Amino acid sequence: MTLPKRSDESAMPETLPADSVGLVTPQTLSFDEPLSLDCGRALPRYELIIETYGQLNADRSNAVLICHALSGDHHAAGYHRMSDRKPGWWDSAIGPGKAVDTERFFVVCLNNLGGCKGSTGPTSLNPENGRVYGPDFPIITVRDWVKAQERLMRRLGIDQWAAVIGGSLGGMQVMQWAIDFPDNLRHAVVIAAAPKLSAQNIAFNEVARQAILSDPDFHDGRYHEHEVVPRRGLMLARMLGHITYLSDDAMRAKFGRELRAGKINFGFDVEFQVESYLRYQGTSFVDRFDANTYLLMTKALDYFDPAAEFDHDLSRAFEKTRAGFLVVSFSSDWRFSPERSREIVKALMDARRTVTYVDVDAHHGHDAFLVPIPYYMNAFAAYMRRIDTGGAG
Amino acid sequence: MRADLEIISQWIRPGSRVLDLGCGDGTLLRHLRDHRQVDGVGMELADENIVRCIEAGIPVVQEDLDDGLETWFAPGSFDHVVMTQTLQAIRHPERLLSQMLTIGREGIVTFPNMAYWRNRLQFALGGHMPVTATLPNPWYNTPNIHLCTLSDFESLCAEFNFRILDRTVVDRQHRDNPLLHVLPNLFGEIAIYRIERG
Repeated sequence: MTLPKRSDESAMPETLPADSVGLVTPQTLSFDEPLSLDCGRALPRYELIIETYGQLNADRSNAVLICHALSGDHHAAGYHRMSDRKPGWWDSAIGPGKAVDTERFFVVCLNNLGGCKGSTGPTSLNPENGRVYGPDFPIITVRDWVKAQERLMRRLGIDQWAAVIGGSLGGMQVMQWAIDFPDNLRHAVVIAAAPKLSAQNIAFNEVARQAILSDPDFHDGRYHEHEVVPRRGLMLARMLGHITYLSDDAMRAKFGRELRAGKINFGFDVEFQVESYLRYQGTSFVDRFDANTYLLMTKALDYFDPAAEFDHDLSRAFEKTRAGFLVVSFSSDWRFSPERSREIVKALMDARRTVTYVDVDAHHGHDAFLVPIPYYMNAFAAYMRRIDTGGAG
Repeated sequence: MRADLEIISQWIRPGSRVLDLGCGDGTLLRHLRDHRQVDGVGMELADENIVRCIEAGIPVVQEDLDDGLETWFAPGSFDHVVMTQTLQAIRHPERLLSQMLTIGREGIVTFPNMAYWRNRLQFALGGHMPVTATLPNPWYNTPNIHLCTLSDFESLCAEFNFRILDRTVVDRQHRDNPLLHVLPNLFGEIAIYRIERG
């Protein structure tokens, strides 16, 4: 095998990085068996869009499920087209030789139900009346997602995941997996998550929802029929979200009080760099995300509380879990602070489960879980290397 | 295997549940797991040690011991709570010892004996803070903020009603020496205690 020449690589934009999973193509799977939901309603049938990386081994023991967070999707790694400017959202952790090593693992990532990237959600057609679901799409919980993911697992011919992995809202799905299907995963990797939202977390979600709901273009969620998009509301929601994803230090380091025009103009146009950043994040989000999906995702977060079914005793909720746990937090994350991860670890310890807790010193805030911080990646990779993948391992 | 770790592992019943405070790279827990079927957990602060514990398959919690144990573990969670060569670096040793004996049935503690004759010699004749292979740091830059002697430790145990179940002293080479039995506070370089709540 000849090594690609570095100079050629940089000169030719059509060359993908050597540690990338390369070009990937999503696939859509249809499920015809109705899925009953926590809210009391049911989805008569639904589709899930997924991506997979790596090869499933002969004894089907090397499969890993990646659960996405609030605005994530099935495109976790690699590129769809040679012209893509950016790879999937967690390309830093998934690929050959990376923490989730695609030379060893068969990696599955899906867009969750209620999403807007290809799985059945508010932008899909309601089979009952042939109209876009919009606000009629049922409220989905983390438990519903995990139920749908379990069916996906069966469809792929997998009995047990080597690991289920997720950050933030994704980490909540991982915990739910370990609780609801204890025999179907060997390891649970819970990154920058919380056992349930705090009042402050719910408060931020509520402001985000109100921004969307009060946009005159929202039309009670039927904006598709009016051929408009509640741009201002969704943009505000995303701007607010971004403030909670970054730490004070990270914002200071990234923007400080830097002025775009170099001087104060005594007006309400964009003056500080941080304003420009937030507006950019907000407007670009509007073009790629659906407002009804955003509302659903924040509700899934608010409702997540696996201890509730166990007399609000989290350690009892974990008692029947069988997976080994890796819990990771980041020092400057104030959305789901290290304290929240410690609650998870403490409950697992009380339930006498096997758990390793890594507290990463990082200034990036909640966003750190997507940043390839060397210590974080080393610890994560070390944990993944210990996972037995049967014949392939 | 470090001398004190060898002795400690003989004190631990096979199949028991053990917490190692300041577990380093997990050497003791690995030994206990492989030779005494121990269900062990480590607590450690340094990033590089955490990675080495993970590589060795040792469950470990990244936390500063000064932040306390009771937020982490319920009373009676462990058969043994071990802390080797770490007591002297703890901000409130008496509190941590007490917590050890709450979350575990028995505590095993090792620390450098400040009254070891070489330390005494350096202090008495040299007139300076001892610097030895066991205590290599200069006074102004050392994690060892609470150094003590065998008799200091035993007074603390008496005051806080910790019962001493076993005491062993060794030199760094783990050589047994009749002098160690006669005058442990003079000839013992490293002290090893097994304690429980009285």
